[in-house]
Amino acid sequence: MAKKLHDTPMLDQLESGPWPSFVTGLKREAAKKDIMVDLLGQLETSYETKKGYWKGGTVGVFGYGGGVIPRFTELKDENENPLFPDAAEFHTLRIQPPAGMHYDTATLRKFADIWDKYGSGLIGLHGQSGDIMMQGCSTANVQPAWEEINAMGFDMGGAGPALRTSMSCVGAARCEMSCYDEARALRTIINANIDDMHRPALPYKFKFKFSGCPNDCVNSIQRSDMATIGTWRDNIQVNEQLARDYLKGHGMDKLVNDVISKCPTRAITLRNKADAISGDSISTVAVDDQHVIQIENHDCVRCMHCLNVMPGALLPGKDKGVTILVGGKSVLKIGATMGTVVIPFMKLESEEDFEKLNELSRNIIDFFAENALEHERTGEMIERIGLVNFLEGLDLDIDPNMVNHPRANPYVRMDGWDEEVEKANERKAAA
Amino acid sequence: MAELRAPDECGVPDPMPFMHPTLRENYGKWVFHSHPKPGVLYHRAENGAEVWTVKFGTARQLDGYTIRLLCDLADKHADGHMRFTARSNVEFMLTAESKIEPLIKDLNSHGFPVGGTANSVTMISHTQGFLHCDIPGTDASGVVKALMDELHEEFIKCEMPNRVKISTSCCEINCGGQADIAVIMQHTKPPKINHDLVANVCERPTVVARCPVAAIRPALVNGKPSLEVDEKKCICCGACFPPCPPMAINDPEHSKIAIWVGGKNSNARSKPTFHKLVAAGLPNNLPRWPEVGAVVKKILTVYKADAQPWERMADWIDRIGWPRFFEKTGLPFTKYHIDDWRGSRTTLNASTHIRF
Repeated sequence: MAKKLHDTPMLDQLESGPWPSFVTGLKREAAKKDIMVDLLGQLETSYETKKGYWKGGTVGVFGYGGGVIPRFTELKDENENPLFPDAAEFHTLRIQPPAGMHYDTATLRKFADIWDKYGSGLIGLHGQSGDIMMQGCSTANVQPAWEEINAMGFDMGGAGPALRTSMSCVGAARCEMSCYDEARALRTIINANIDDMHRPALPYKFKFKFSGCPNDCVNSIQRSDMATIGTWRDNIQVNEQLARDYLKGHGMDKLVNDVISKCPTRAITLRNKADAISGDSISTVAVDDQHVIQIENHDCVRCMHCLNVMPGALLPGKDKGVTILVGGKSVLKIGATMGTVVIPFMKLESEEDFEKLNELSRNIIDFFAENALEHERTGEMIERIGLVNFLEGLDLDIDPNMVNHPRANPYVRMDGWDEEVEKANERKAAA
Repeated sequence: MAELRAPDECGVPDPMPFMHPTLRENYGKWVFHSHPKPGVLYHRAENGAEVWTVKFGTARQLDGYTIRLLCDLADKHADGHMRFTARSNVEFMLTAESKIEPLIKDLNSHGFPVGGTANSVTMISHTQGFLHCDIPGTDASGVVKALMDELHEEFIKCEMPNRVKISTSCCEINCGGQADIAVIMQHTKPPKINHDLVANVCERPTVVARCPVAAIRPALVNGKPSLEVDEKKCICCGACFPPCPPMAINDPEHSKIAIWVGGKNSNARSKPTFHKLVAAGLPNNLPRWPEVGAVVKKILTVYKADAQPWERMADWIDRIGWPRFFEKTGLPFTKYHIDDWRGSRTTLNASTHIRF
């Protein structure tokens, strides 16, 4: 039994309504734990005054330099005593989940038991970087709690100027759009660079994210410094039975309005069977006895729209791989930037392919570590030095897929033109 | 002091031991999916293996009772496995269609809303807020609870033109991320500096370097080394506050809430887009933020009525144009909607393309 609850008239108003209430959850823990009684007291004060009352500090575990988010209360009386003493320390342990956030119930129960024993009982599933957030721990309990979590085979996540916890979509585990083994790619890169997560020494944070297809369900272009996104080079695969089922179920108007006219590059056409064209780059599938849809795959940008609308009838090609984009980040300091293409296509199937991806990630982190200014993200660094300097530093070939359009201004010194043309011809010959 | 155990630097766990056996056995072999009803997905593998997924919402911040309840339900209905989505929804995988309805009944009886699939308004991606952040202008879980109460019907039904992803962020750093509709704290006054503390708490060159508009400079105030802000230059972004807490940016009255629309991370149809400012100056009105809820619902109502099937918020606005977005939603267009940050010239209309 815990001590008596503080009055929380503001928070109480968040217990009604159809959506599950976090306040009700906090109160259930407060019935058992003084730390949660006082956490509710501080949270109610924040609601009353519209102010936050946490400050950071330095709390960690033996052997690591990051992964714990320290929180000390700033709500104190005139003698510097905390107003809510049992929640005066309310730290979070960031723990990396299994790739794809799959769990068995034994594991989740164990987390709940450990957090009953050492923490507030409150676990966030998951944080915006994908961490399991074990919230509400005293300084003294951080180390023993960590040792039990670590003994389960789970490791600390990232915080501060470090490699951060990563995310991958459900991908190959349950999605026909998946173009590579997302979980393997995530574990290959993160586990090979884990030292940079546990011992923060980079200019600023560095995030990897992994999406199995261009639907980009983990938002890797906008939210990660290096995005690995599945794609394919050959023709879209078709399944006639499912294509016919689609038309039967939806009708010709939906096929025209929802599928064909929404193709961003007008790569799809509806044709009478008799007028169907043929060619190596054409995917053709009959939708009824009279009509076929045809896709010119050289015009297709792999946006996923038609595959999304006609699931199974249209599928990614067989020659799968990934596109790599670098430099996505949020607002600070120059404004949000999206990742941009640095590798239009690479295979990601064999042991060597994964090793190549691993090497690329290591090189990009090293380049970032050596060239970014303090508190500068990769996207900002590239904006400052220019993409070409970044590519040359990494020994990556330039490619017209990296730009929306070529330069629109003459403000550049071009006396190296002839040599660059030679390089372009060499690249062409090597391809 | 007791002897400390060196960490086992084991890294990201292999998902295979945790994964539902049907997903594990058919890893990389799926060929088809459909959407039998809101909250339910059907997937088929090339060998004919089938799995039904039931998706439902949670509060994200889970107490021990709720975690154990989820485990009991997963043991009873879903072979003891579950997974979480990037937006904090839970997915139970079922191996027979007949298991769907008993599970949904059980979930609903415990207050878990089933939905969030396809063209619904799914769970709001959000931040830590007053619960755990050291720089929040408002709460996160509370905003989400209040909004999802309002949008509950749109979560459990699939009646939107396409999926709707909402995010909330308790400061302009925008940890909640880009979204079809983003609800973000926007400070409107420069920081109030406690000059007694700056010298002891802040590394001044670092703070100066953080400012995006070079509005901060070192100064001697009342005989103490401190910092001063050129308030004419200041854009009230709050970037100085994390490295220097005495530069108080959060203001109970003047920290307002802004609403942004049209962010899209998917490459489907158009390239990914960032969300754009549409409304601001909304009060930080705890505990239920009714003014924010009203604007979000207004935008959703117009989008729902006006967009074509499969048009995301950004696709819809791209078709109808921004003037009509403001006209249809009744939101005022102000000088603050016209960008003046770097690169802003490309956001201006350099054409005679005007819809009348």
